[in-house]
Amino acid sequence: MKATPLSNCERRFLLRAIEERKRLDGRQCYDYRNVRISFGVDYGCCVVELGKTRVLAQVSCELVPPKANRPTEGILFFNLELSPMAAPGFEPGRQPELLVTLNRLIERCLRNSKCVDTESLCVVAGEKVWQIRLDLHLLNHDGNIIDAASIAGIVALCHFRRPDVSVQGEEVTVYTPEERDPVPLSIHHMPICVSFAFFQQGNYLLVDPSEREEQVMDGLLVIAMNKHQEICTIQSSGGIMLVNDQVLRCSKITAVKVAEITELIQKALENDQKVRKEGGKFGFAESIPHQKITSFKMGSAAVDTNSVEEQAEEIITKAGPPSEVFAKPILHTPGTAQIGEGIENSWGDLEESEKEEAVEEEGESEATAFECQKTESEDVSTVKETKKDEPIVLSDSEEEEVVILEPQELPKKTRAQTNSKQESTRKKTFTKRRRKKRAAY
Amino acid sequence: QYVPVKGDHVIGIVTGKAGDVFKVDVGGSEQASLSYLAFEGATKRNRPNVQVGDLIYGQFLVANKDMEPEMVCINSSGRSSGMGIIGQDGFLFKVSLGLIRKLLAPKCEIIQELSQLYPFELVLGMNGRIWVKAKAVQQTLIIVNILEACEYMTAEQRKQALAKVSGK
Repeated sequence: MKATPLSNCERRFLLRAIEERKRLDGRQCYDYRNVRISFGVDYGCCVVELGKTRVLAQVSCELVPPKANRPTEGILFFNLELSPMAAPGFEPGRQPELLVTLNRLIERCLRNSKCVDTESLCVVAGEKVWQIRLDLHLLNHDGNIIDAASIAGIVALCHFRRPDVSVQGEEVTVYTPEERDPVPLSIHHMPICVSFAFFQQGNYLLVDPSEREEQVMDGLLVIAMNKHQEICTIQSSGGIMLVNDQVLRCSKITAVKVAEITELIQKALENDQKVRKEGGKFGFAESIPHQKITSFKMGSAAVDTNSVEEQAEEIITKAGPPSEVFAKPILHTPGTAQIGEGIENSWGDLEESEKEEAVEEEGESEATAFECQKTESEDVSTVKETKKDEPIVLSDSEEEEVVILEPQELPKKTRAQTNSKQESTRKKTFTKRRRKKRAAY
Repeated sequence: QYVPVKGDHVIGIVTGKAGDVFKVDVGGSEQASLSYLAFEGATKRNRPNVQVGDLIYGQFLVANKDMEPEMVCINSSGRSSGMGIIGQDGFLFKVSLGLIRKLLAPKCEIIQELSQLYPFELVLGMNGRIWVKAKAVQQTLIIVNILEACEYMTAEQRKQALAKVSGK
């Protein structure tokens, strides 16, 4: 699907609003949206919601041989995917540019900062190391994917527990979670990305841009920092010129934000830990809010019925009399009856030969179906009788069996009595015409 | 997802020009086509001033599942009757189709209550798009947020929210 284009009107409005320091959702320039962290049942699975942007992170591990140039270090593998459910513009063929940018940022933020201790992932030097794989899926795109993804990534890594391993000489034993409690990864620090959107050549600055704001921004600055105020990664895209003090100001803001977010993460991890220990329920099912109206409901509206009687009487008096009602059906033979008279055939003149054999049939009477139900079995017998008299001609068409009938005692304006008989006569006239055409060729 | 229906009034975004026809995105599976002659007072010499990215309020002339939908900005007698290019300012946002129908009902309470706040212009498209313009940016934003929240609020909550805003 194609994404909805941004109209000029929206763009202008957003820029004007930003000039007046107003954001669409009422935030201030340096405000973050609400961050919600929830954990799944497995260790290492978490969902981070930054406003409406949602990212799912999952960590898994595997024992593999190490890389040749680093025999004593474990392997880290990061992967971010933009699911098509995140935004209408994302297709399975993907947005390659955005995806590559995000993937690179996540890698630099988490790998190059050495937040995870890879030496501790080594089991047998040169033979077996742990490969930690972090998968991030974007579930909903409402701006600022990078922040949500970095938070989800680091939280999942902190939450993850790998199986315990013991090495005795040459023997390596990997314990299952039942035998020994799984062990957390050793994480030195938690780098978190903070994004800044710039407008009008760096005059205006917004933290945590939403999707609309991202579409109108001039440039983006991403700073990854940990709570010790060490900058792990810094990236500026969009080609805007930034002055020194702007960048310094951004880094100061980042320090404040990162401290807040780190505190939030710690609290969330502790809560989850407590719940698991106490044996309470945990997992995504618990974190979904109950009793929330998710679609809108019409309240029952009172209907004013005071003047209904008068209105009804008015309508009845104004309406004309109903059309003529046929009281009594005319009985031709046992099992066939006729209700009402037909009107003149409006199909145009048929040729002489056709007229002899054609049974003209116009329209259908409403009571035909009713008659049909009652007298179906008897009618079949009636049709069969007439069949014996004339030769039966089967046409090449895929339509029902066609029977040519002679109009003997039946009056010209006969109403066909059964549905099957109707169809056969109607089709018969069609095929008659068709046969004539074929003869002409 | 909006399905174009003949006769529906919708707000579309112009995405391109192809010869003498504009391609308009209406939120459906296909883009609608809008001829440049389908405006009031438009002739071959006197073309309407439509740019890519402009907002158009029009109705569907042709809308079935076999063909590309066609829009026009004039009614059957050749008058525009409020349709055409929507002005430059103001803000466009999307709500659910059900809310639009509720707002379009005669004597809608939400619109009446909102109109007592401040004067504003409002265009409702059956494809879920709403265009709002008030005098100040802040006022427009308030109206936008209230309309978006109306989907999930009961009448009581809405009255409270409006009282809070007007009391401020």
